[in-house]
Amino acid sequence: MDIKDIIKPENKVYSKTSLMTDNALSYCPGCGHGTAHRIVMEVIEEMGIAHDTIGVAPVGCSVLAYDFMDIDMTQAAHGRAPAVATGIKRLWPDKFVFTYQGDGDLAAIGTAETIHACNRGENIVIIFVNNGIYGMTGGQMAPTTLGGMKSSTSPFGRDIGTMGNPIKMTELVANLPGVYFASRQAVHKPSNVRKAKKAIRQAFENQKEKKGLSIVEIVSNCNSGWKMAPVQSNIWMEENMFPYYPLGDIKVDDVILGK
Amino acid sequence: MSELKLMKGNEAVAEAAIRAGADAYFGYPITPQSEVLEYLMSEQPEKRTGMIVLQAESEVAAINMVYGAAGTGKRVMTSSSSPGISLKQEGISYIAGAELPCLIVNVVRGGPGLGTIQPSQADYFQSTKGGGHGDYRLIVLAPASVQEMSDFVKLGFELAFKYRNPVLMLSDGVIGQMMEKVELFDQQPRLDYFDPAWTTTGKTDDRGRNIITSLDLDPYLMEKHNQMLQAKYRKIEELEVRVEEIMIEDAEYIFVAYGSSARISQKAVELARAKGIKAGLLRPKTLFPFPKRIISELADRVKGFLSVEMSAGQMVEDVRLAVNGKVWVEHFGRYGGVVHSPNEVLDALENLIEKK
Ligand SMILES: Cc1ncc(C[n+]2csc(CCOP(=O)(O)OP(=O)(O)O)c2C)c(N)n1
Ligand code: SF4
Repeated sequence: MDIKDIIKPENKVYSKTSLMTDNALSYCPGCGHGTAHRIVMEVIEEMGIAHDTIGVAPVGCSVLAYDFMDIDMTQAAHGRAPAVATGIKRLWPDKFVFTYQGDGDLAAIGTAETIHACNRGENIVIIFVNNGIYGMTGGQMAPTTLGGMKSSTSPFGRDIGTMGNPIKMTELVANLPGVYFASRQAVHKPSNVRKAKKAIRQAFENQKEKKGLSIVEIVSNCNSGWKMAPVQSNIWMEENMFPYYPLGDIKVDDVILGK
Repeated sequence: MSELKLMKGNEAVAEAAIRAGADAYFGYPITPQSEVLEYLMSEQPEKRTGMIVLQAESEVAAINMVYGAAGTGKRVMTSSSSPGISLKQEGISYIAGAELPCLIVNVVRGGPGLGTIQPSQADYFQSTKGGGHGDYRLIVLAPASVQEMSDFVKLGFELAFKYRNPVLMLSDGVIGQMMEKVELFDQQPRLDYFDPAWTTTGKTDDRGRNIITSLDLDPYLMEKHNQMLQAKYRKIEELEVRVEEIMIEDAEYIFVAYGSSARISQKAVELARAKGIKAGLLRPKTLFPFPKRIISELADRVKGFLSVEMSAGQMVEDVRLAVNGKVWVEHFGRYGGVVHSPNEVLDALENLIEKK
């Protein structure tokens, strides 16, 4: 096909959501953050709620999420996004409020804010990108770093005996009655992107119905922090991260699956 | 109609918050200020005005709830006492950096560390010099009565929105706990206008998105932002100084004191006058902006200044800077939770007059 035919409107197979800005993404090539951003924005666009949505950006690689997400946003201090979101949502109960957080942000420094926002059943959505490492600060150990996994602060591999166990935060908060929906997804393959987007859509629909807190974890890669090429990092993720952090819904309609 | 009531200082803060049309209060219990949250919870302001009250899991969470809500243009506040205010410092720095309006009340107790639950004024440095990281200032109001605990809530919100800057009310355990007559101001409406220039209430067709942030990775832009903040602080210093002057016209010696120390020093002025010592009191109602010019002008005609504070001497440094060596400036104060008596203050002045 000639290029002129390819760009004809009727041949269009995909277009970028209007809710992603044209700013060049600051993420490393191959990183999952960009895809995660995109599907969150697609859901907001498809639900027609862009004018009623306020996002909360974390401290982490996605600190600049507001440069890419074309909606009103607040940048929170490290770990405090669920408290910031609580403040917004309590005063604007009819708006949609979500946080977008990394694993260091959500499961280490922000553990208290995460657990208590979940326990209060704040009617918000938490998008939790778990890449098992501190990406932004250069690949230090995170609370989610796997046993034996090397990082710049666990150069000989995470020693569970002295450095603790990788924390399964989504399972942990799923046990709280305030959490209505908890799901773990990935965005490294088209089929996973579709499933992840479906879970995010469900999370926002729950907020619309005022069901309580919904959390969607996205197990993602940090090819830079893991010191791997992008493709290799995705293979490593499938072989090592997924067995410990299995994909799928954890709690649906207020019921923990498999219990 | 304004209403006369007998109230604790902390209760007056809470009642004034409802009447000032506050949209929300986020707090965490700590002595000697827990009555603020307790009063609000029992008063059920959601039924009175729609005001939201939430007990947070920590002071850290509370100040971040304030940050989120303030970014949407709402009138929000928190209160705590010294150790809790220390925990809030990161959030306060973010709020100052992002230029959001809010009110923070510190009912100061003795430190350092867990210290004591007794009154103190040892958080002056933390309150007036920034407190958290970075170059920023809070507008600091210093109430000296239960009446001002109420009035300064209203004033605090006005100044916070006028300058888009956090306002700190620096009280202490005496003012917070004591009961006095207070004339409560009339109920004000809650806000229904949210400035489309900066509030994050959801973007609309006639405005682009708004972003609340204190981050700029470009140091030159960050320097510009800092210069803008500094220009705002200079303007506040120029326009917002507030003081009370007591028997100052013919005074030879000036007590400089705020909050409960000002009440004690006022009594010391009376005792001094009875003995023929021409003492007067300068009471800053704003600690930032600090009444530098007033003190500098006084220094041209008085013999000395005694800064009276329930601390080891913090505000005295600002008095010295303002006096700039023209006459003597000394400090007196009991601290660590001990409250000085008017006689102790007078003794301190008499000793200084003798020595100098
Ligand atoms: C109070 C505070 N402590 C530490 C930091 C430094 N810091 C910035 S990002 C980060 C870790 C982020 O990791 P994660 O949340 O996993 O996100 P990622 O970058 O991997 O997406 C840390 C420790 C900070 N900005 N603030
Ligand atoms: S450091 Fe890791 S998480 Fe951050 S952008 Fe690069 S690959 Fe992504």
